[in-house]
Amino acid sequence: MSTTHTGADALLSVPALLHRNATEFGTAPAFREKEFGIWQTWTWAETEQEIESLALGLLKLGVNEGDFVAIIGRNRPYLYWSMVAVQMAGGVPVPLYQDAVAEEMAYVMDHCGARFAIVGDQEQTDKLIEIQDQLHQFEEVIYLDPRGMRKYDHTHLHPFRDVQEQGRAARSELEAELRAREARLGYDDRCVMLYTSGTTGKPKGVVLSNRNVIETARASSTFDKLRRDDDILAYLPMAWVGDFIFSVGQAFWCGFCVNCPENAETMMSDLREIGPTYFFAPPRVFENLLTTVMIRMEDSGPLKKRLFDTYMAHARKVGPDLLDGRPVSFGDRLKYRLGDLLIYGPLKNTMGFSRVRVGYTAGEAIGPEIFDFYRALGINLKQLYGQTEATVFITAQPDGEVRSDTVGVPSPGVELKIGDNGEVYYRSPGVFVEYYKNPESTADTKDAEGWVATGDAGFIEEDTGHLRIIDRAKDVGKMADGAMFAPKYVENKLKFYPNILEAVVFGNGREECTAFINIDLNAVGNWAERNNIGYASYQELARHPQVMDTIQVHVEEVNRSVAEDEMLAGCQVHRFVVLHKELDADDGELTRTRKVRRRIVEEKYADIIAALYDGSDTVSTETEVTYEDGRKGKIRATLDVRRAAVVPVAQRMAAQ
Amino acid sequence: MSEMAAEQITADGRRIGPVVMEMKNITLRFGGVVAIQDISFDIREGEIRAIIGPNGAGKSSMLNVISGFYVPSEGEVWYKGARRPAMKPYMVARQGIARTFQNIALFEGMSVLDNVMTGRLTRMNSSMWSQALWKGRAEAEEVANREIAEKVIDFLEIQHIRKTPVARLPYGLKKRVELARALAAEPTILLLDEPMAGMNVEEKEDMSRFILDVNDEFGTTIALIEHDMGVVMDLSDRVVVMDYGKKIGDGTPDEVRNNQAVIDAYLGVAHD
Repeated sequence: MSTTHTGADALLSVPALLHRNATEFGTAPAFREKEFGIWQTWTWAETEQEIESLALGLLKLGVNEGDFVAIIGRNRPYLYWSMVAVQMAGGVPVPLYQDAVAEEMAYVMDHCGARFAIVGDQEQTDKLIEIQDQLHQFEEVIYLDPRGMRKYDHTHLHPFRDVQEQGRAARSELEAELRAREARLGYDDRCVMLYTSGTTGKPKGVVLSNRNVIETARASSTFDKLRRDDDILAYLPMAWVGDFIFSVGQAFWCGFCVNCPENAETMMSDLREIGPTYFFAPPRVFENLLTTVMIRMEDSGPLKKRLFDTYMAHARKVGPDLLDGRPVSFGDRLKYRLGDLLIYGPLKNTMGFSRVRVGYTAGEAIGPEIFDFYRALGINLKQLYGQTEATVFITAQPDGEVRSDTVGVPSPGVELKIGDNGEVYYRSPGVFVEYYKNPESTADTKDAEGWVATGDAGFIEEDTGHLRIIDRAKDVGKMADGAMFAPKYVENKLKFYPNILEAVVFGNGREECTAFINIDLNAVGNWAERNNIGYASYQELARHPQVMDTIQVHVEEVNRSVAEDEMLAGCQVHRFVVLHKELDADDGELTRTRKVRRRIVEEKYADIIAALYDGSDTVSTETEVTYEDGRKGKIRATLDVRRAAVVPVAQRMAAQ
Repeated sequence: MSEMAAEQITADGRRIGPVVMEMKNITLRFGGVVAIQDISFDIREGEIRAIIGPNGAGKSSMLNVISGFYVPSEGEVWYKGARRPAMKPYMVARQGIARTFQNIALFEGMSVLDNVMTGRLTRMNSSMWSQALWKGRAEAEEVANREIAEKVIDFLEIQHIRKTPVARLPYGLKKRVELARALAAEPTILLLDEPMAGMNVEEKEDMSRFILDVNDEFGTTIALIEHDMGVVMDLSDRVVVMDYGKKIGDGTPDEVRNNQAVIDAYLGVAHD
């Protein structure tokens, strides 16, 4: 290292953090990846070498300052290095969702005008080649895994290793230029651009500055007391802001180790092998894990089952209190210790949570049952609320103040206010710079004083200061009688049942609410197996009368629970259908982060919705589906419309 | 049969080399039943060679002759320029011929990794004592073999089931594990007996991709039997067509497709 970066005032960019880490604790592990069955480790010093070689190689290839460079692939150390190497070379990394189809990718690539892309494998390369003709400025592809591409024309294709090799070879010639570019990286320069998944319309490119990323990383790391010896598992999409903040922002700020799984399917066993100390997952992951545990307990012997039930009941009683440091009697403590020895410890070990010190869930509401289950086991699972435009953090739950129904208090440096329409606004050092090439949307979202509209409706609890989110502000509507319609609120309650994977509630401007339900094939399939119910397809299982009965019981329970809330009692589900196919991102029904695209679902299944409101008992429908390889097909089905019991809402009407 | 130069490059840039295996006038009888009658064909280095034909045509018997499981009643098998004497199948395996089976033949109770490692058995030389004591050669050998097994596991994307007992796997994955075991032997010729039988469209696509990739990445010569005509025509360089133990066609997929005898055999013209 020829240059030295010391003192906090020099830490104005991620590359600067890299140099600090390599200098101060160069032998500590920075990245791990499992390959060929063995965990490979790179220290911070080695990481610095790898990144510099790549950055020099990028200069050699002709990356200019300010260039956007697309990064596409699964979580691998090489791609994280790529992001920092691009920054070092003065460019701006743009991580894209690897499962995006070619057209989606074409839009984003064209919008940011990327000249270079660094990709994981043949699949991504093929997509870029497919859309190349639509992109005028696009030039070179750098790829990691050469498999299947030996015969490709390599005029504009470069193996990652070769680029690094050329970079090393050209060190003497280009190092001065690289240092100069690094020195020019300012605190308010672009650090990264992330495309929002876009529940409505085209994706928008959110520009985050070095200030956004580093200030946020610093504040949030202090908030949760993150340390250099922490371990995280990087398995969420690299294009998602959370992954960038955890695996790059916080990792480089604190100097902890980022572990990359072998591939997407091995994530659960890699999780167990690594045993992260800081773990983040959307509710879906916790739900699936709990479902798996419960299914396996159902299949276990009577003694194990009884032990499990007894001690889990005890854990639910005292576990959360122990975690929050509230007083618990000596006898209960002793029993919990015994349970830890027999049940909780081994269970946490199986799930890979033995070492978790800080666990977060966000993105969607998590079922209280699920949340309490993990807390009861002694896992410090908390909720946070954030978005890309805020560089993740808006609110988070401090240790000791964790509840399943709030999303916590404002993160350090964040100010909150609630608008007249109930919408939540925030202002913080993490507030994004702009939407790239979209000043209108920027102005719509961020006002002159820096307040950003979240698009979510919520309120701040007076006594605790915790924020509670009700629903997406634009989804909150009115029923025909003027009562509040908050579909997400009901959907979340429905989705808390393991049998229900997805739910979409309709009712805006109507007399009554109705719903689409997607069953969870794992949970329902296992139930069918245990009860000797044969089925040939998802469609058949979804139509099974016993399955429908079970779902009906769930819907009616939800109705009773919804009726308890005066404001929302009108949102009870009167009729529902169990859909014949899973809602899928490939069909445009969900976003890539698996949020329902309400409007598209409404248009696509207009015939079923009509049947839900015209009193029909069944409805025949035909749906177009897109297979993974992009081909399209049609499935036909006849669905039964079920009526669910509702609690009369006369009291509410009287109260108004 | 179309004449080919000693070496040629296919349209998609693969190298097809000289003849690596030649079957000369093979006849195979089981008592009075003639399973294969006077069949000759060759397999070239680096090509994908398919053997097709209706049920009972003698395809699997032919594959068994190639793998050394059956010794032909008449005729000669030439391998790498020399006549192959009658030998035990494991000796044939040591010469670099590996295979998969029509009805999966894996060790059900063993993990995927262990199954793949059995593909390395013919390459292990350390003594039983050395292996039992985990001393000297055995350890080094195990490490080297594990590395190859892991590369194959990576190549076929079965890392997630590495430690899973084979009995718990679905059919399509078992097929892939079998391919992995055959590949672990680093074969010169890979014999695939109906690699796509019983698979759905998606699994077939995956398997085709893997077969092409194996051929492309390692230059492995592949001889396969397959019923799915679409797959055969897409994958193979040359096709042998058998019916009732006789060869009725041999050539590129296009040549075979337009061969009257082949059309008759598949569309079912009455036989004498």
